[in-house]
Amino acid sequence: MKLITEPNFRDRDDRGLWPYARGDEFYEMLIEAHRDLDEAGSAMLNSKLVLLLANHVGELAVLREAIEAARAGIEPAGEAPTPSLDR
Amino acid sequence: MLATYAYPKYAYRRPVELDRPDTARAPVAVVGAGPVGLAAAIDLAQGGTPVILLDEDDTVSVGSRGVCYAKRTLEILDRLGCPQPAGRGVSWNVGRTFFDQDEVYRFDLAPQADEQRPGMVNLQQYWLEQYLVERARSLPALDLRFRNRVAGVDVRPDGVRLRIETPDGEYALVADWLVAADGARSPLRGMLGLDVDGKVFRDRFLIADVVMKADFPAERWFWFDPPFHRGQSVLLHKQADNVWRIDFQLGWDADPEEAKKPDNVIPRIRAMLGPEREFELEWVSVYTFQCRRLGDFRHGRVLFVGDSAHQVSPFGARGANSGIQDADNLCWKLGLVIAGKAPASLLDTYCVERIRAADENIANSTRSTDFITPKSRASLVFRNAVLELARHHPFARALVNSGRLSVPTHLHDSPANTPDAESFAGRMRPGAPMDDAPVAGPAGDWLLPHCGGRFTLMLFTDDPTALAPATRNALARLAQGEVPVEILLVSPPAAWPGLPGAASAPDLTAPGASIDGGASVPGVRRVCDLRGLVAERYDGRDGTCYLIRPDQHVCARWRRFDAEAVKRALARAIAAKEPAA
Repeated sequence: MKLITEPNFRDRDDRGLWPYARGDEFYEMLIEAHRDLDEAGSAMLNSKLVLLLANHVGELAVLREAIEAARAGIEPAGEAPTPSLDR
Repeated sequence: MLATYAYPKYAYRRPVELDRPDTARAPVAVVGAGPVGLAAAIDLAQGGTPVILLDEDDTVSVGSRGVCYAKRTLEILDRLGCPQPAGRGVSWNVGRTFFDQDEVYRFDLAPQADEQRPGMVNLQQYWLEQYLVERARSLPALDLRFRNRVAGVDVRPDGVRLRIETPDGEYALVADWLVAADGARSPLRGMLGLDVDGKVFRDRFLIADVVMKADFPAERWFWFDPPFHRGQSVLLHKQADNVWRIDFQLGWDADPEEAKKPDNVIPRIRAMLGPEREFELEWVSVYTFQCRRLGDFRHGRVLFVGDSAHQVSPFGARGANSGIQDADNLCWKLGLVIAGKAPASLLDTYCVERIRAADENIANSTRSTDFITPKSRASLVFRNAVLELARHHPFARALVNSGRLSVPTHLHDSPANTPDAESFAGRMRPGAPMDDAPVAGPAGDWLLPHCGGRFTLMLFTDDPTALAPATRNALARLAQGEVPVEILLVSPPAAWPGLPGAASAPDLTAPGASIDGGASVPGVRRVCDLRGLVAERYDGRDGTCYLIRPDQHVCARWRRFDAEAVKRALARAIAAKEPAA
């Protein structure tokens, strides 16, 4: 099995829905889960979420691919930082 | 004053009520002659309901404001007899979203070919209002009163008493029904003490409309973190008359008065367009926004439509578009109630259906805004992670949210629908807004203009001459009922003798084109499904019929025509207890 990188969010009845609708719903749930958390709380939530989903996926080949895709483009600490989007 | 547009000044006329000793009464008054109030008044008047439209001003929208008009709105404008914005405006379907310098997401609003109207037309709001005013003034049943300001309102069980100020003094008017289309700051809402719930976004945006000659394509372009406006977003839209809309995100701490000064605006635009591009500033404005709605859109005899009922962020063009769809949903119902052909409870279905639509629009525009303006550190990190992943991975591109553009709500949960008893493929379920398709018929080359403004029974028949006499009689009786149901027979090209092929249109100019070449049945029309696309989109087979509402939404469908079933579905759609005899 390979890592799915095509849009894959879905629900029971998606007839007539716009293709972005389920992804947007998930994203809203995710951001909502972080409401009122400080940075440490958010990091803990993210870590727990990654572990739960990783266990659900289970297959090490897929998880390895996901870790590589996530790590791509992130500079190791100490080198030139990527431009910040902070405002 | 704008360089590309001269504001019309509409004449004020002294209202007759000022010279009458008694208080005048009207079946319905609409307050606010913006796009939504104008659409509502036109819809009521052309449906035969006399209407008074009150506006405190004597011209159209100041500044370009609303820009994007969606396919469903364009179809409603067709139904209202309004000139198409596309005549002067800019039709487009494609939106591109960039992160830094790379394109990370692209959408196309025209997923289905062969519909008459494009996904979106950009036109400055003042032009649309001018077109609507012209249409409104051509309708004898529509009394459009400029410089008539509502100063007081008293909602009573038997009518709404208005106190109206004019340059010549005050008069009173009692309206059986009042449509409040008086905008986001709705004075009527304030006078009635109604609260609106929702959230305010802590961000500011600068709108600059510039006049320039540029050959950028007619597309919506949106940047996250571009080199010319670091750390913020920018949106570019093409409008009519070489006017371009540029929308810069400023952040919450920006000083709106400072940001608006040309000395501060021009360098931003120069950074974006390059030093050699010549342009002129047409209009500048700084805005913040809220997503909120009234708890209920009906308060006794007052009905709220458009921004007075609900507000969204501008990302997605869901403001004016949803407001015009409110009017589309409300006016046929109000017309039936005023004519005594439906109970007042029919208006509650307006609330159910359009509150659902408002919630969908608010949800979509809130999600877009949360992506564009992340509220928390975690939200910002996720947003940037999505943008980074979007460079390589399709799933992340689909999560990039710079605005989900206005599409009509499918009213599948409405109590006005009759649920399917048989199985159908496709998306034309009860509650769906009609899909268009090419046809040949008395109302032209498209399906939608053959429906709307009244109930229609769309009956697919391979051979209209084979319809049994009893069926013809039942169809004719429906067409002549108290709430008439016009019959639209849809047949394939094979049913048209003398038609050489699907490519050429049969002559169907007679409004009551007969079923069989014999005696014409009033209220029955035929269209030729030239390329079979009506049958395909509606899963229509010989015998299939669809009951279509006056607002071009499906409300029931069957595989076989049964007059009693149609009557029951009609009664349900108009909230009547019993089918009319």
